[in-house]
Amino acid sequence: MTLLRRHLAGVLVLGIPLAWIVIFMLVPYAIIGTYSFWTKTYPTFQPDFQFGNYATLFTDPQYLQVLLRTLKISALVSVASLALAYPFAYWLVFRCRSAGVRTWLYMAVIAPLWVSYLLRAYIWKTILGTEGILNSFLMWAGFTDAPSDIFLYNQFAMILTLTYIFIPFMVMPIYTALERIPPNLAEASADLGQTPWQTFRKVTLPLSTPGIAAGFTLTFCLSFGDFIAPFLVGGPDGNLIAGVIQTQFGSALNWPLGSALSIVMLVIVLSIVSLSDRLERSSRIGAH
Amino acid sequence: MARRSSRSLISRYGADTAFMTFVALLMAFLYVPIWVLITFSFSSSRSLTWPIPGFTLDWYRKLFANADLQTAVWNSFYVATFATLLALMVGVAAAMALHRYDFPGKTLFRRLILLPITLPGIVTGISMLNMFSLFGFPLSLETVIFGHATALLGVVVTQVYARLQRLPRSLAEASGDLGATPLRTFLYVTLPNLRSAIIGAGLLSFVLSFDEIPVTFFLTGRDNTLPMYIYSTMRRGVTPEINAVGTLIVLASLVLIVISVVVTRDKRS
Repeated sequence: MTLLRRHLAGVLVLGIPLAWIVIFMLVPYAIIGTYSFWTKTYPTFQPDFQFGNYATLFTDPQYLQVLLRTLKISALVSVASLALAYPFAYWLVFRCRSAGVRTWLYMAVIAPLWVSYLLRAYIWKTILGTEGILNSFLMWAGFTDAPSDIFLYNQFAMILTLTYIFIPFMVMPIYTALERIPPNLAEASADLGQTPWQTFRKVTLPLSTPGIAAGFTLTFCLSFGDFIAPFLVGGPDGNLIAGVIQTQFGSALNWPLGSALSIVMLVIVLSIVSLSDRLERSSRIGAH
Repeated sequence: MARRSSRSLISRYGADTAFMTFVALLMAFLYVPIWVLITFSFSSSRSLTWPIPGFTLDWYRKLFANADLQTAVWNSFYVATFATLLALMVGVAAAMALHRYDFPGKTLFRRLILLPITLPGIVTGISMLNMFSLFGFPLSLETVIFGHATALLGVVVTQVYARLQRLPRSLAEASGDLGATPLRTFLYVTLPNLRSAIIGAGLLSFVLSFDEIPVTFFLTGRDNTLPMYIYSTMRRGVTPEINAVGTLIVLASLVLIVISVVVTRDKRS
């Protein structure tokens, strides 16, 4: 009886999530995987096994360009987030003397995650637009005479907005990584005659690599797959890969091509995640 | 020697000032836009111009008269509640499985269940859309619930698993030695210790689901959730009504943050 119960508990605890993964993740992925080999015969699609959709993605400049642009934008967003998040987290962990201030500032950076993602994208549209707040502020202050359309609907607006949205995902893992570094390491390094900069470069920075990798993974993947913010602030040259996928399943009605794009996205995200996993594991082994 | 130490004192002071300025600018970057949103929800002008011509509560009055919006809010509550419950049920089980058992393919299992954290919502949405339409499942708020629960599983698992790892194993062992069945041990020993982690994960899941667009976009039928409603309004243009909804959302988020801080703190003492 107890044996059966013990067994039953194990089956439930493992079985439920396993069934969920199979039904709601593996089967759907398999389905789009299958669709990605089908042919489009207007207005429907035919079962097939051919690599034409993938060939289109990597040879048609239209798609290749979007793919490269998306990679570029997500990389820039990650770099910008890192440039803002690292000094901030470093200051919080090593320079900020009051524990209260530390907690409050950390919370202040994380809190926007709880505030609607959509709003955080929308705010920048209202600020940067031609009839937006920045323009009317500049005119009111006498810097410009006429509203300018240079702020919104370009890649800079997109990078700015995505950085604004995803920066908490960079701060959290870096803060955690820096917090784990024992303070006596820096003291030992200083005692051995290293300057603060040398200590940072040779001790702190290498030990915080797992945090940087985790933050980079999150911000990169999240901005890589976003289609709402690019739509709101990106304008015509702001079409990213997720926007193209959305079009294939919407107005373009080319599910096979859209599926192939989704699979490409899945593969890119998986490779980044496993790369960062490996990096984290190797640095952990190196630390011991 | 004295000169050197005074120089390092100056450079340290300089570095501190530079850091403080940087932190202040970062805070301004994060919070000025939110204040802008709140301020303009009270602006009497329809266009978003500075300076604000006058103060009004009209936009809020309009919100409370907007039936579509209220349906959308209600739909979002429905979806977020059930998606959170499902994600908690499956997620706590998965965290237990990861913590307690060793089984073949465990790494793959962990990676898959955490995948939706980094996987863009559009892939989850598109792939589930294809499955539902292949099996002839009509799209509805219920399909959205399954989509959200899948996307949120990783959040619950991360938080609950982290707590499980900090729990001393001896607690469950003692309970077993005293003759409790695994189920009783789970209900009376493990679960109470997980309480704050579960509530914290639940609150975060609720907020994320309430706010979700990419998955909802593909999985919803004719019903709109709140963010979908706001999104479709936005496509038609910028209005102060959106700022008013936004201000209310910011307020609600603030309340939830306070709750989550209070709930997760009571355990630490």
